[in-house]
Amino acid sequence: MKLKGANILVECLLEQGVDTVFGYPGGTILDIYNVLYDYHDRIRHILTAHEQGASHAADGYARATGKVGVCFATSGPGATNLTTGIATAYMDSSPVVFITCNVTDANMGKDSFQEIDITGVTLPITKYNYLVRDVNTLADVVREGFALARAGRPGPVLIDIQKDVTGAECEYEYLPPEEHFRHGRLAKLMYYAAHDVKSSEPDMQDVDRLAEMLAAAERPLLICGGGVVRSGAYQELRALAEKLDVPVAVTVMGAGAMPGTSPLVTGMIGMHGSQASNMACDACDLLLGIGTRFSDRVALDPSSFAAKAKIVHIDIDAAEIDKNVKTDHHIVGDAKKILSLLLERCAPASHSAWKEYVFSFPTETEYDDHDGECLTPKQVLATAAELLPEDTIVTTDVGQHQMWAIQHFNFSYPGQLITSGGFGTMGFGLGAAIGAKLGHPEKTVLHVTGDGSFRMNCHELCTEQFYHLPIITLIFNNATLGMVRQWQHLIYNERYSETTLDRGPDFVALAKAYGIDGCRVTNLAELQAALRGAIGSDRGCVIDCAIDIDEMVRPMVTGGSPITDFLLN
Amino acid sequence: MEETNVKRYTIAALVDNEAGVLSQISRLFSRKGYNIETLAVGCTEDPCVSRITIEILTDEPRVQLLCNQLRKLIPVYSVKLLDAANSIRRELVLLKVRVPNHAARNEIIQISNVFRASIIDIASETITLSVIGNESKTAACEEMLREFGILELVRTGIVAIERGTNTINEDTKVKGEFNYGKNVL
Repeated sequence: MKLKGANILVECLLEQGVDTVFGYPGGTILDIYNVLYDYHDRIRHILTAHEQGASHAADGYARATGKVGVCFATSGPGATNLTTGIATAYMDSSPVVFITCNVTDANMGKDSFQEIDITGVTLPITKYNYLVRDVNTLADVVREGFALARAGRPGPVLIDIQKDVTGAECEYEYLPPEEHFRHGRLAKLMYYAAHDVKSSEPDMQDVDRLAEMLAAAERPLLICGGGVVRSGAYQELRALAEKLDVPVAVTVMGAGAMPGTSPLVTGMIGMHGSQASNMACDACDLLLGIGTRFSDRVALDPSSFAAKAKIVHIDIDAAEIDKNVKTDHHIVGDAKKILSLLLERCAPASHSAWKEYVFSFPTETEYDDHDGECLTPKQVLATAAELLPEDTIVTTDVGQHQMWAIQHFNFSYPGQLITSGGFGTMGFGLGAAIGAKLGHPEKTVLHVTGDGSFRMNCHELCTEQFYHLPIITLIFNNATLGMVRQWQHLIYNERYSETTLDRGPDFVALAKAYGIDGCRVTNLAELQAALRGAIGSDRGCVIDCAIDIDEMVRPMVTGGSPITDFLLN
Repeated sequence: MEETNVKRYTIAALVDNEAGVLSQISRLFSRKGYNIETLAVGCTEDPCVSRITIEILTDEPRVQLLCNQLRKLIPVYSVKLLDAANSIRRELVLLKVRVPNHAARNEIIQISNVFRASIIDIASETITLSVIGNESKTAACEEMLREFGILELVRTGIVAIERGTNTINEDTKVKGEFNYGKNVL
């Protein structure tokens, strides 16, 4: 049947099973919003306060549900406001399809009102992007875009559509998703690809060799990265770690893949890694990194990183092999498949002496009590973990509170922690929490933030209020940009340049202005009461929690230093 | 990068013949901090596929990483690092040379014969030559003509192909592995 481009786009979203989109309307995308009006019973549109909030919400929705997130924005500033969100999704391999519209063909390239070359702008931060200039290619592009966003190593895809394409008509026929790869661009992609791209078969010789290496290792260590979360390989990883009796260090993105309470988990690794993780990394004779890119926050100094070990890397993205750390062996493919093959091939083993050494170092930091004057980070998180349901989804912003949340909240399943690990986007958490709550309305969503991060995108409280999303925001309020202050304290001779946030707003009054609950807590009893009140409430709540200004994230190893050179213990 | 290990590398890539692909690839080079020495692009026997030949100065580990980053791009089908000893590299150079007098004209024609260059245009005060070869041959020809005065020079950039039966189209383990990362459908 003949349909307008805008209708074709929405029909293609339905083909993909999309029922929720995030976005913000504007001039060039009006045709699509006009069609959404007719489809409101099948596609729920969440209007945020700002396009950046929509981009983080779509990302949070994708990470919480495992589905592809969808985000709309208009041309020009609407599109550029997405860029931080796109880069955030790109760095953490999150599948999101961003749909923007551009000016008409006649106005392209003339610096027209709200015109921007958004495909050019987003080139380095998308897995792929498209400019649609012909309505006849629209359905095909959308189908390929969704396939690419979720395929292999997932990532954001941007589809920019000229306004006249959304108004032009062409023939559209429904195509079931399982047929997509037989048609158009996807069929071409399949045709040119070496090997059958429908199933990734790791090289069996490579797998056998790794099984031998694991059997021969006396001091093996696993690093669990975000790839384990994305591929859903957590059960295989847990089984393998237990069968081989191997300690597992976890990266920021890998949190939750191993249960935090497991006796094999050494805690986070890297800059703010636990002593157990970092010491084990230095002493091991075989380091197996799974779905991790050995970033500069993990392999702080690549030349001394795991210097006594053979390094083995499992990743689905072949370009990650030998990129940051030189490896001795690698297997390219899906972590779930590779780990299950390894599980078949590996005999049970025991490494009690090695484990005894590793776990002689602490896996978690203890903080000094402030004699009840204000709360310690661990107290706050332990209280939240104790009172909130076990499957609570935690989203964070970026800074000290993020590291504390990862260190002290024991995540038990993949996707439980939603955080900007790669790009380090302050202001990510609230949007992500909105997306996570919409994806999992049955779960409690805790948004852990700092006073600095929260101010960046706190306007999304209106979205939280309007859609009745009872999100609990927990602000670690130390009246400073804590992480930057920590560096200034340790490295810049306590010269606190522009990090003290001795200014408003009053977060409790702000929450109330947005029509949600707010309270300030300074001790344990108040915190417990506030959390209990928030859990039972059907409204969002902002808990402004007083933290000492000089509290630091411990341990800490500075960038570029050997992983055991602890500046703070 | 250790200066001593810096060599000239020739990278050949098969890519989608579509708008924006070239800018995507050239952006990748600048983003990773490489300066492209030469670049040549044109479509292949399959009109949907273009072949790009790029030469850069770098060292072995870096050129491998760069090839990996290239392979990762969705519109890139195949990437091969061409071994200098095992491949044929050619570029075409057009030179417009000043002809001050008859004696000079004869000398230019002789030089052109030595380099098997062809004279593609002649006017009362200029001769335009086209010469094909690798960079040392074209540089030598350019050097010989310099004394007459080169008015204009343009080169296509190196194109290269492997000797023997090897081709860029072979399905290799590496190629398959990159498909996993970008498009396991």
